[in-house]
Amino acid sequence: MSGAQAGTGVSPADPYRIGHYVGFRQGTAGHAARELASKRVIVGYGFWIFLLSDIVMFSTFFASFGVLSGQTAGGPSGKDLFNLTNVAIETACLLFSSFTCGIASIGARTHDNLMYYGGMAVTFVFGASFLYFEMHEFVDLILQGAGPERSAFLSAFFTVVGCHGLHVTLGLMWLLTMVAQVFSKGYRPDILRRVLCFSLFWHTLDIIWVALFTIVYLMGAGQ
Amino acid sequence: MQARRTGSPRGRTIVQQIRRCAVLATALGLTSCGPSVLDPQGYVGVADRQILLDSLGIMLVIIVPVIIATAGVAWWFRASNTRARYMPDFVYSGSIELVVWSIPLMTILLLGGVAWVGSHELDPAAPLPSKTPPLDVQVVSLDWKWLFIYPKQGVASVNRLVIPVGTPVHFVLTSASVMNVFFVPQLGSMIYTMNRMADRLNLIADHPGTYYGESAMISGDGFATMHFDVDAVPTDQFTAWVTTAKSNGPSLDTQTYGALMKQSMSVQPFTYRTVEPDLFLKIVTQAVPPGPGPENAQTPGDAGKALRN
Amino acid sequence: MLGKLSWSAIPFDQPIPLAAGALVLIVILAVLAWILVKGYMPYLWREWITSVDHKRIGVMYCLLGLVMLIRGFIDAIMMRSQQALAFRAPGYLPPDHFDQIFSAHGTLMIFFVAMPFVIGLMNFAMPLQLGARDVAFPTLNSVSFWLTATGALLINISLVVGEFSRTGWLAYPPLSELTYSPDVGVDYYLWSVQISGIGTLLTGVNLVTTVLKIHAPGMTYMRMPIFCWTTLASNLLIVAAFPVLTATYAMLLLDRYLGFHFFTNTAGGNMMMFMNLIWMWGHPEVYILILPAFGIYSEVVSTFSRKPLFGYRSMVMATMAICIISFMVWLHHFFTMGAGANVNAIFGIASMIIAVPTGVKIFNWLFTMYGGRVVFAVPMMWAIAFMITFTIGGMTGVLLAVPPADFLVHNSLFLVAHFHNVIIGGVLFGVFAGYTYWFPKAFGFRLHEGWGRAAFWFWVIGFYVAWMPGYVLGLEGMTRRLQHYDVAAWHPWLVIAAFGTVIILLGIISQIVQLFVSIKLREELRDVTGDPWNGRSLEWSTASPPPPFNFGVLPNVEGEEPYWGVKQRAIERGELRPEPEYSEIELPRNSPTGFICAFFATFAGFALIWHIWWLVILSCIGAFITFVIFAWRDRSEYIIPVEEVARLDRANRTARAAWLAANVQAAE
Repeated sequence: MSGAQAGTGVSPADPYRIGHYVGFRQGTAGHAARELASKRVIVGYGFWIFLLSDIVMFSTFFASFGVLSGQTAGGPSGKDLFNLTNVAIETACLLFSSFTCGIASIGARTHDNLMYYGGMAVTFVFGASFLYFEMHEFVDLILQGAGPERSAFLSAFFTVVGCHGLHVTLGLMWLLTMVAQVFSKGYRPDILRRVLCFSLFWHTLDIIWVALFTIVYLMGAGQ
Repeated sequence: MQARRTGSPRGRTIVQQIRRCAVLATALGLTSCGPSVLDPQGYVGVADRQILLDSLGIMLVIIVPVIIATAGVAWWFRASNTRARYMPDFVYSGSIELVVWSIPLMTILLLGGVAWVGSHELDPAAPLPSKTPPLDVQVVSLDWKWLFIYPKQGVASVNRLVIPVGTPVHFVLTSASVMNVFFVPQLGSMIYTMNRMADRLNLIADHPGTYYGESAMISGDGFATMHFDVDAVPTDQFTAWVTTAKSNGPSLDTQTYGALMKQSMSVQPFTYRTVEPDLFLKIVTQAVPPGPGPENAQTPGDAGKALRN
Repeated sequence: MLGKLSWSAIPFDQPIPLAAGALVLIVILAVLAWILVKGYMPYLWREWITSVDHKRIGVMYCLLGLVMLIRGFIDAIMMRSQQALAFRAPGYLPPDHFDQIFSAHGTLMIFFVAMPFVIGLMNFAMPLQLGARDVAFPTLNSVSFWLTATGALLINISLVVGEFSRTGWLAYPPLSELTYSPDVGVDYYLWSVQISGIGTLLTGVNLVTTVLKIHAPGMTYMRMPIFCWTTLASNLLIVAAFPVLTATYAMLLLDRYLGFHFFTNTAGGNMMMFMNLIWMWGHPEVYILILPAFGIYSEVVSTFSRKPLFGYRSMVMATMAICIISFMVWLHHFFTMGAGANVNAIFGIASMIIAVPTGVKIFNWLFTMYGGRVVFAVPMMWAIAFMITFTIGGMTGVLLAVPPADFLVHNSLFLVAHFHNVIIGGVLFGVFAGYTYWFPKAFGFRLHEGWGRAAFWFWVIGFYVAWMPGYVLGLEGMTRRLQHYDVAAWHPWLVIAAFGTVIILLGIISQIVQLFVSIKLREELRDVTGDPWNGRSLEWSTASPPPPFNFGVLPNVEGEEPYWGVKQRAIERGELRPEPEYSEIELPRNSPTGFICAFFATFAGFALIWHIWWLVILSCIGAFITFVIFAWRDRSEYIIPVEEVARLDRANRTARAAWLAANVQAAE
């Protein structure tokens, strides 16, 4: 970025020589060439940005959980409610499903039917069991009279956990359509891009769960 | 609910209106008889105004030349002006860059200092420098009126605030229902009132007079009626007012407060003879539940109907 | 069956909204009938409604903005006239109606006027400036647009069915909670904003990816026109800020629909958390709007000064600095909440710091004009009016960032005047500049100059007459949103402000007339060269209007201001570059996904507002099926044969050659 590359008739102090045609060779000096991206990169990149925005949304819910976690309004607190065994099972389900999702995406890349369909099926089973345990917990809490309308703390708890659960539900629906898409259309490049996005999504849900497990359950149970 | 649906003053023609305004505008000018923050009547208002004017002055030093320069440069370098030099290569200059970054930066440094000092000195919660012990007033914003409780005197007043001149007033403020902002423009700083929370504010009136007070945060249909008079009176008159208040009017306890809390507009000022001790605390801690909101049914069609009638 | 919906939702006893609603309905039906009778429907469906072309979508965004501007401005006239009349009198609008009007005005103007306008211009111009064929995700772009339109539609439905929010444009709880606003108004507000917010978020993702990943060969970051930089900054802000809005309003919705306690008075809810969260979105939102406008001014000032932009690197730095700092200032919206001296001072100073990069921008535009040959075309006039007006608005903004000064004028008409000063004088003037500047590129003919000037003068004078009294009123202690008042000192100023609104109305009328006159005189105003302003960036190197594929061959960018460089070289050599080798071009196929998805979103939103649960479920299933069907399609692209590409590009080259011949002749 020095002013040394003086062009013709341009103020030498201007390192960019804006507005002046500088010819092919000089023109690229000082500029890192920007690669023209492939479709796969563009799709993956765009989906990552979407996932980042999703993470921002979760951060908002986390922040409000942080603000409201002490506001039990005389009702039960996290210590009274959380069953860490249940949560540990949920965590195991989700982490394992992430692994099998990885296997499925390798299968998709290598066009290996067994790996792909098998991986997806196991992912679905574990995702669905995760949901089952979560629903179980929710129903349990509500039956105990610790539903979201009991206190601000429980509102925040149900929202942040429920939002993650909603994502898992949508993920499972997406998973089913991905299986059906590969089944009916084969390993087409555009479908493979969607499989890539799906697996990014599924792993992100895992990352969010790790944060959720730590902030909501572990720290909440300690309070 | 009082509905205000009488016809608009159509009798007055637009021409008359404009004429009336022109006369008024010239007559009033900037410092008029209105509740102007530029015409403060107390220490806080004066200090706030000073900071406002200082900041304005600092910025005008930059802003006015920039505006003139913009107009001047654009005009001088118009395409038809053959005397202006065309310099298509003038696109970068290190020294100009330095100047254009440092001018706003230095202005902001100066202003930042003003802001830092000002917000510490004029922190609404900070007590005012005065030898007179402050008067305590508890303020509750209700739908849609103001309740002023004088805990030491044991009286309360609705929609009228009476304070002694020259005595700092220490306000503690909360809201019975939705948010409002307590604001007396000529006395200075405003502050939010919120349910379940108590804000603090210190003001003083240095000159006797009646000042306009208002809510500065939309709080529902009766919001525009939430203005009140602040009467700053000499101390003896204040004592006399307290005495009168003690001998007249209803008493304020949880029950009468419950009635007062219901939505109503344009309530004429009145006073309470006695006040239940700790009522304010009960409001803040929600020992008394928050305001009920509109009374009508929760179905939207009905609610809309009732409001329109 | 119909949830809370019943005949009583329609305000038969209120003539004003009913008449307005009926009028809107009649206009819509008339337009539809005209389209059907004339047989334009297939054309509209094929070329616009299902189009995924970024240029078409950009134009539709701007059209939406224009229509909603008129709608929002009617609210403005009603508010100003009410306040002019309501001195010691009730005026003609009862409080519940007046409150709906200012809430609708704010919501419309920010979400459905300013946002569609800037997004539309970004959509239209940015890919052209980058030398790209389209945005990264064209179908998603169409979904975004139609979701935004859905939000606008829902707000307008509230005119006739039910009522709109009466809690201001940000619906502060607890007033917006079910206890204090039991009717559907707040629900209309929330669902409109949520649905359009999703559209905006998707736009953000789309345009960030486009700027960062899609461009012509050689278009490095430091060669991008400033408008692309500001587009990038603005969309990064969208990606980072809009999820906060979605989450915050989701919490408010949960409070209202399922009895949660995020912001309620009771059970530990915290209304101050709402204030913090909403302004965590709200302050960046201001910059989401103004940054693209800054970009437009940069393009316009440089083009009409016949000079490159002064201090390009400073501009880039200033843009990105604003992008980051805008996340650190939200608390200045509630200094008067009693946060304490340190917090107030820190946020006050942080807010002032934004004035530094903004000031740098003003100076850089000034030095761009310095030594230039300033042509006072309409876009340039808007830019100069902006520089002067925005400086004033910036100054009052910094004034509001000084906590003790804010203690006097927070929530007053001074504040209202300030943000109208920066939004009208900054965003709207920028949008008008961009509209005039890129109109010939979009449609192939210029806008009528005379009517443009008329609109300019009416708008600028009208703005000053309408809003300078606002500053006075704020200093006179007048708070905002008053349905009536008894203070004599305020009345004359409010009458003057109402008069200013009438002048602005003349400006808007001039703009509408301008559009019709320009269409009528389009042959005279035809832009044959594709470069009507002697432009500098790539969008001027293609034909007006550009072919669907934008560029016959992707331009090879060899420096900043690529098209200026190409032109200079052509003039030096006296000839165009040799004809490139054309090849066939793949373009995304049209898709009705966006429209159908928005169709279901409209029903879903309406059903949610009125608690018609079966319809909610049905609509969600419909939207899901739409996406599945979209995913199942086999051909997502179509091919433009090489002959067609060559034919279109050769026409463009012929026009350029004619221009060059004339220019070289003139030079000799």
